[in-house]
Amino acid sequence: MKFAVVVFPGSNSDHDAFYAASEVIGEDAALVWHKDTDLQGADVVILPGGFAHGDYLRTGAIARFSPIMSAVKAFADRGGPVLGICNGFQVLLEAGLLPGAMVRNDRIKFVSRLVPVRVEQTDTPFTAACASTQVLHMPVAHGEGNYYADPDTLAEIEAHRQVVFRYSNAAGEVSPASNPNGSLNSIAGICNRQRNVVGLMPHPERATEAQLGSADGRVILASAVKSLASLAGR
Amino acid sequence: MERHGIKPDEYERILELMGREPNLLELGLFSVMWSEHCSYKSSRVHLKTLPTTGPRVVQGPGENAGAVDIGNGLCAVFKIESHNHPSFIEPYQGAATGVGGIIRDIFTMGARPIALLNALRFGSLDAPLARRIFEGVVAGVGGYGNSIGIPTVGGEIVFDEMYSGNPLVNVLCLGISRIDGIVKGAAKGAGNPVFYVGAKTGRDGIHGATMASAEFDETSAEKRPAVQVGDPFMEKLLMEACLEVMKTGAVLGIQDMGAAGLSCATSEMGSRGGLGMTIDVMHVPQRETGMTPYEIMLSESQERMLLVVEKGREHEVTAVFEKWDLHAVQVGEVVEGSRLKILERGVLVADVPNRALTDEAPVYRRPMQEPSWQKAVQRLSLGDLGAPPSAQSAFDRLLTVPTIASKRWAYGQYDHSVGTNTIAQPGMSAAVVRVKGTATGLAVSVDGNGRFCYLDPYRGAMLAVAEAARNVACAGGEPIGGTNNLNFGNPERPEIMWQLGEAVRGIGEACRALGIPITGGNVSLYNETEGRAIFPTPVLGVVGLLEDATKTTTRAFKRAGAAVVLLGDNLGELGGSEYLATLHGKVAGQPPTLDLSREAAIQKLIVKLIRDGLVESAHDCSEGGLALTLAECTFDSGGIGVAVDLPEVRLKPDTTLGDTAADVASGFSRTFDVNATLFGESASRIVVSASGAQLEAVVAAAKAAGVMATVIGQTGGDRIQLSVGGTRVVDTAIADAEHVWATCIETQMGRR
Repeated sequence: MKFAVVVFPGSNSDHDAFYAASEVIGEDAALVWHKDTDLQGADVVILPGGFAHGDYLRTGAIARFSPIMSAVKAFADRGGPVLGICNGFQVLLEAGLLPGAMVRNDRIKFVSRLVPVRVEQTDTPFTAACASTQVLHMPVAHGEGNYYADPDTLAEIEAHRQVVFRYSNAAGEVSPASNPNGSLNSIAGICNRQRNVVGLMPHPERATEAQLGSADGRVILASAVKSLASLAGR
Repeated sequence: MERHGIKPDEYERILELMGREPNLLELGLFSVMWSEHCSYKSSRVHLKTLPTTGPRVVQGPGENAGAVDIGNGLCAVFKIESHNHPSFIEPYQGAATGVGGIIRDIFTMGARPIALLNALRFGSLDAPLARRIFEGVVAGVGGYGNSIGIPTVGGEIVFDEMYSGNPLVNVLCLGISRIDGIVKGAAKGAGNPVFYVGAKTGRDGIHGATMASAEFDETSAEKRPAVQVGDPFMEKLLMEACLEVMKTGAVLGIQDMGAAGLSCATSEMGSRGGLGMTIDVMHVPQRETGMTPYEIMLSESQERMLLVVEKGREHEVTAVFEKWDLHAVQVGEVVEGSRLKILERGVLVADVPNRALTDEAPVYRRPMQEPSWQKAVQRLSLGDLGAPPSAQSAFDRLLTVPTIASKRWAYGQYDHSVGTNTIAQPGMSAAVVRVKGTATGLAVSVDGNGRFCYLDPYRGAMLAVAEAARNVACAGGEPIGGTNNLNFGNPERPEIMWQLGEAVRGIGEACRALGIPITGGNVSLYNETEGRAIFPTPVLGVVGLLEDATKTTTRAFKRAGAAVVLLGDNLGELGGSEYLATLHGKVAGQPPTLDLSREAAIQKLIVKLIRDGLVESAHDCSEGGLALTLAECTFDSGGIGVAVDLPEVRLKPDTTLGDTAADVASGFSRTFDVNATLFGESASRIVVSASGAQLEAVVAAAKAAGVMATVIGQTGGDRIQLSVGGTRVVDTAIADAEHVWATCIETQMGRR
């Protein structure tokens, strides 16, 4: 199977996602320039972290106008698995592929550290290989990761089990103390109603090798491989 | 002339080199290029004495950055640079553009930057101004590096009253390149076009280099317009585009426009290549209307590059830049001869021999004079100190010193995981990054101790080299190259010049003994406000090679029941220590002694022990001595405690902390023996832990290397228990000590 990693001019985790998919997981991967209009026949699309277009306006606000985004939308509409990581999550929100918005971290400052995250849903293509309520340690590195949605939207997201990841402690307990940025309901990642588009602030692609501090993120990419294989087998 | 910072004798020299009176633009070129910042006119005679060669050196000083061979056809490209003055005036932008500048130096060489480190100095956090500068600098360092996606992986931060009017912001960038992919900043081939690419030129930063070469006074805040504003997104585009365009082979030379902007890039590329350059400022993209040639040539707008392209291959270059939405425009060409000619719409407005601006800039052998107070501050009798505090209260107090405390508050704002190369997490002494595509890794550390250098600049500088190299070795890296940042006061004062001369002499001697070539660096002088200079502060950056990146370790204990071994001699030297400064309010005495052959032996030993997998943790002893070193080994370990019994150092009752005085200390107390044992900062010491049969192997290897190895205790429990000569003198729960240590700076920064 093949991963496509979209490269916006200010992407800075594009090579990390590419490396994790190709070198660590061992699947095909391609870097796709944001001005391209074709996803090169990829089975999974990753929108990587970074500062897509400098983000002086709002994170991800301009990226949704990149030519490649039409192809990403069409791919998602067909049910193709799309993973937005950090800035990629912000781009998915701005592009309307996921509900809600990001605002500045509650403690204002950039937050960079390894955090525990609890898996809430295992019926998405990026959590299919996870155990229910499994705790994953992955780095966060963002200034605007404070997830916000109006009360109705939030209720809807919860009702439809769209919260895929929540910030927790190492034991999997969710509380304000384990929330690094003030996100509503400790939301670290969500999916769309169809469950094929997932966005999260922590970086699974930076947590795929124990030598770098954690290999817990590997299961997210492995999930994509597993769920596509089971689709193909059906 | 005075506004241009040019002295009357320098003007005479300009007349001689020009053969006529310079016009205003030409005077401006000389002003920035002959500034201390660009010309190194005061330090050059000293810098020449540093060792710069070695079997691994690919590029020594003189280029945008140095480079050393790391095997597999690759080289590590690195340099350290300061942005002290701008960071005082405008902390966020000053620090951010400092990061941007050093990143450009690295990718200009054709290397992809993979790590940033910084050495920072601020005034005491008790002062609101110091807190504001600290906050702004940390945000600026993070703001730039995080955006562009280069991890900030380590560094050091020191707080001292002496930096309250003049903070230091030194940034080191490390990149990786193929050895055959190195591109230099020299013009080649008359007739080849010269291209400008990047941000447009504005009026920002005009005379920034000149500002950085003057002392501060109460009007310095008015110089804020001379600080540039950074755009990390533009730099990201430039970096990717430049790295891509260099792969085409159509770029013959490239240089970033940093200090002195276009003036520096054009004259340096010309003189390095032994050729001339002609440019027309009309073609230079401008942000504002009505800019004069003077403003265009002297602007220090950020994120701009100058390229010499092979004639006939221009389209290959412009195509890459267009992909990244950057416009490369031809502004001139390389010409025969050696003159820099500047045109405005075809009319010649400046015509200067380019070497007159660069190689022929004045070189001063400035007078040097040991300060009259130097010997006095080195003398300190224990009897003058009053009653010493108990070891427990000294230990508790030192944990709350911001210089010793965890710097989590700062590095928690730095993206250190981007790039997926960071092996050692920040806060673990040396940074360790792997080199993708190989089994190797690189350990990097930046160190300097201004207090030691104030007491003895020669020995203090040697200690800085030794500590940086030792930190790298404690992560398993064999030191292979160094870069230095010399931060001093006004060199026109003979005492400051003496400090600089002595420090460079010390760096040279230590680097030669430890086999570390200096491949580049930076000099920052005039670090004074209202006539008060900072501590002389040479900062050393050392890069070490790990042949196997998996063979590394950190300071933290890994398991209970391991033996704790002290490598090296505990001499109980308190001179210049944090203990003396914090508990007795004195910066005095002789800094610790340094035997370079012993230092070399212990470094070789620790690299071997880590490579052979014999030790589980390794931590260099520095500020706070053995006691704080042992405490730090328990921090971030998951609560693995330690109990040791240290042989007591016996200070003679007539000991003074100076070396020659023999006055008998009155009121001498045995507590000094205990405190010297625990808090003395003797060099060449490392604390390691080892289990089972490996302990014997460690002791045997140390013996073979001629290094003293003393088993001082064991890991285990949840307390830090330190005894001296059989008597328990410190006993603290790790949880309490670690909480104080980890949150100290956060608490200070929470004050309003």
